[in-house]
Amino acid sequence: MATDYKALKNGGFMRQIQKDNFSLRLKVVGGNLTSKQLKTIAALAEEYGDGRVHLTSRQGVEIPFIRLRDVETVKEALALGGVDTGVCGPRVRTVTACQGSEICPSGCIDTLSLATKISERYFGRELPHKFKFGLTGCQNNCLKAEENDLGVKGGYNVEWLEEPCTLCGVCEKACREGALKVTEETVLFDRAKCNHCGRCVKSCPADAWRGQSAYLLSFGGLFGNRIAKGRQLEAVVTDSEQVLKLADRALDFFAKHGKPGERFRNTVDRVGWEEFGGHVGGEMS
Amino acid sequence: MSSKAKLPPPDGFIDATDVVCPMTFVKAKVALEEMDMGGVLSIRLNEGEPLQNVPRSLKDEGQQVLGLQNNEDGTYNLLVRRAAE
Repeated sequence: MATDYKALKNGGFMRQIQKDNFSLRLKVVGGNLTSKQLKTIAALAEEYGDGRVHLTSRQGVEIPFIRLRDVETVKEALALGGVDTGVCGPRVRTVTACQGSEICPSGCIDTLSLATKISERYFGRELPHKFKFGLTGCQNNCLKAEENDLGVKGGYNVEWLEEPCTLCGVCEKACREGALKVTEETVLFDRAKCNHCGRCVKSCPADAWRGQSAYLLSFGGLFGNRIAKGRQLEAVVTDSEQVLKLADRALDFFAKHGKPGERFRNTVDRVGWEEFGGHVGGEMS
Repeated sequence: MSSKAKLPPPDGFIDATDVVCPMTFVKAKVALEEMDMGGVLSIRLNEGEPLQNVPRSLKDEGQQVLGLQNNEDGTYNLLVRRAAE
């Protein structure tokens, strides 16, 4: 029987230059694996691979040098160890994320729980071309949100509270946008300059800044053959469910308008950003 | 820039303008740990990265940041009361 390479690729088996050898891509969400999963992966790499694993550029893990004859056996063993196989080809890829607000002091949003929701909803969905989600918890942008077809960046919608404020001046120095001025009597806040980084909230020693988690979305990032920065949705989203609704619309737009083999960015460039903005319901900056 | 509440006179002083991140915070933290509980330490910091990060890191450690004094030379004195072990 001829080898069904397409089916293998769907299941995350990447053909190697060595005949009948495959690099087995595993499913990872937000760069997290349990120690149990790692033990499973290590054992299989020892037994069926050449004893190593490869960490991919997008937080994925691959076991190289899996022989074609062992593919099904390895898949079953992985499933028993709680490890799923990844995907390649024209579909929604690994959802990447930084550690987010549950672990990192800089985080403004819970990236892992949102990445898990996004992965459950879209992972492996067939589209005209690959589609990458990336989530980063704050403006430090460790996860490079704008490189992704759909990037999510955490921030805060901030509010100054007069009562607890001691006018110490730390927030003015913490703000990198020049949006704050602390006077003898008050804090002057130029909202137009605020980029939602939340440094005022994080730095305030008196809890005089309140921050509500906000999601800054960008669409159409590419960092491969073509390099293009994702364009940011002007509106700031404050509800994680709304992020999913906007993602639904973006993916539907791509499914409807994309030509086979055309990246999302190129589809939107061809069809028009205004039309795309009208479809998702918001302007891009 | 001044504080609403008058800043108390410090009980100790440390110059952290001669080191860079993460030693700025480490130097401040070690100096603060040598203070008596309730004591006020004045930490001299460079403008920019140290001023954006050190107050927050000390706050996260449970210390009480009281305010900033502008030295008008590109440095600030951060006044912190030791409130945690």
